[in-house]
Amino acid sequence: MLAYILRSLMQGIVVMLAVAFIAFSMFRFVGDPVVNMLGQEATLQDRAELTERLGLNDPVPLQFARFVADAAQGDFGISYRQGRKVSSLILERLPATVELAVLSAIFAFVVGIALGVYAAIRRDGWIANLVMALSLIGVSLPTFLIGIGLIYIFAVELRWLPSFGRGDTVAIGWWTTGLLTTSGLKSLVMPVLTLGFLQLTLIMRLVRSEMLEVMRTDFIRFARARGIPERRIEFRHALRNTLIPVITIAGVQLGGVVAFAIVTETVFQWPGLGALFVNAVQFVDVPVMSAYLLFVAFVFVLTSLLVDLVYVALDPRLRSGNPAMAK
Amino acid sequence: MSSEEAVPVVSVRDLTVEFVTRRGTLRALDRVSFDVGRGEVLGVVGESGAGKSVTGAAIIGLIDPPGRIAGGQVLLSGERIDNLPPDQIRKLRGKRIGMIFQDPLTSLNPLFRISEQLIETIRVHSDLDAAQARARAIALLDEVGIPAPERRIDSYPHEFSGGMRQRVVIALALCAEPDFIIADEPTTALDVSVQAQIIALIKTLCRERGTSFMLVTHDMGVIAETVDRVAVMYAGRVAEIGPVRDVVKQPLHPYAQGLMGAIPSLEGQAQRLVQIPGSMPRLSAIPPGCAFNPRCAQAFARCHVERPELIAVGDRRVACHLYDQPSSGSAGAEIVS
Repeated sequence: MLAYILRSLMQGIVVMLAVAFIAFSMFRFVGDPVVNMLGQEATLQDRAELTERLGLNDPVPLQFARFVADAAQGDFGISYRQGRKVSSLILERLPATVELAVLSAIFAFVVGIALGVYAAIRRDGWIANLVMALSLIGVSLPTFLIGIGLIYIFAVELRWLPSFGRGDTVAIGWWTTGLLTTSGLKSLVMPVLTLGFLQLTLIMRLVRSEMLEVMRTDFIRFARARGIPERRIEFRHALRNTLIPVITIAGVQLGGVVAFAIVTETVFQWPGLGALFVNAVQFVDVPVMSAYLLFVAFVFVLTSLLVDLVYVALDPRLRSGNPAMAK
Repeated sequence: MSSEEAVPVVSVRDLTVEFVTRRGTLRALDRVSFDVGRGEVLGVVGESGAGKSVTGAAIIGLIDPPGRIAGGQVLLSGERIDNLPPDQIRKLRGKRIGMIFQDPLTSLNPLFRISEQLIETIRVHSDLDAAQARARAIALLDEVGIPAPERRIDSYPHEFSGGMRQRVVIALALCAEPDFIIADEPTTALDVSVQAQIIALIKTLCRERGTSFMLVTHDMGVIAETVDRVAVMYAGRVAEIGPVRDVVKQPLHPYAQGLMGAIPSLEGQAQRLVQIPGSMPRLSAIPPGCAFNPRCAQAFARCHVERPELIAVGDRRVACHLYDQPSSGSAGAEIVS
């Protein structure tokens, strides 16, 4: 089991290095940082000095090693545009995105699994069929359209919820949270629904089909033949088996929630990392872009590592140290 | 009529099971009738698709849609159970009728410990608390021949071999001491070396408890050694039913004769095995009259129009017109004592 976790960890490190290389290459291919930082008016001497100071005359592998070492310590350099440390920009924006993404993921998981199980158990009921039909719409509607639709209904027409921003936030140390004020909570509703909706429909459809699959297996038949009550079979025996494949896929989706946050944050002018990235792209702010790239990769690696751990916790066949035994 | 004790444990009367499909209604069981007496072992044999497994599933009320019981009755100790509401038949399952499936590798939930599955089943059917149920589960595992049960009970299914898993499955089926057990090809998925052990185990445990069981199989060797009576099924109907010795040694129904003739014998001179020409009809194309008539060498005009009912011939009952002729000198008449 330890070997299994170590292997997941090694895979994560390899992925991070590969992404770091891409992030590093951006500096070399997207504009000249020296020109970017000094502007057009600088003298040749100024340029030479800055080039030397930035270490741009060193061999590429050395520069890459330095980049990785700095990034590992949270140093992503200085934003071209804002002249501030990228790390502090990210830390400032991080709480907004994390709160949005985590709440969206919880929303998508809880509602998605509940609806999926319902649709599987009441396979032929009209509510289940309605939910399935609606989910098809959910899968095919682009995120921004849902966001704009929600804004139109709840902000413009009904005037119940604010159409943009985070509302009032409370600072706890360096972390700012919108969860403790009414306006902060109100502001979260629509972005969370928008961001979570796609994942919700995907998870729901996945849970339904996996659960229907599990309900056809021999061990469910055998549980029925032993007289185990149907509710117990559904929620104890079948659900656990259903969740294993669901967690694998949903875990990867969770990384997607952070990545898709760009669109949602843009629609709702949410002051998070996605909005920061969009601004950075407009101004070719390479350090911010590369830091964001690394951040997204880190989230993906972290979630897949967590998924692997949950997997081990759920599936005893992996715990026995022989992953090959799990089919 | 059946010559068993007054009230059989299980009595199946004209049981008909239909599957409604897009291409019409298929009749998987067509007026199947038999009794199983207390402590008796009934073997059910026949080709794939003859309705053996469907019979078991119908008795325990586990026919999956689109299948349904379209007619007839299932009586458990004289009480009708085929028309009970789902929750009541559920309470009978495991408690009074147990079932053992074909593949022990897939019969157990891979994510739950053996102990969890055993204790859950015991507690569903009794008032025992968790500790008592666990003690009972350990005793059961010991009985089915799991070594060091107090240690092995907390293992997961994948930590057992196939034969051991089938022992666990048997323990699960016996949890609540049912009166009747349906074993649906319990050894097909196992190594040949383990098959005999498992059959012997089921037989011993059932005898100790006075439990009747129904053994569905297409292994004639197992039938000959294990069961008291045997029912030969063909195309969803019972062709012949009677004491195992008679049916195996001197089958009456031409299909049963063909089936027994196809068993290789170790004794005596090696003879060419008999093969029944043709194959069993699809459920959608069962011929009128006797379902076996297209393959039957002894078929005559009546076989093509009138379906033979089960008629008593000595200790057994056979569905064949050959034996329905009072003055006939057919093969069957000589055997009847």
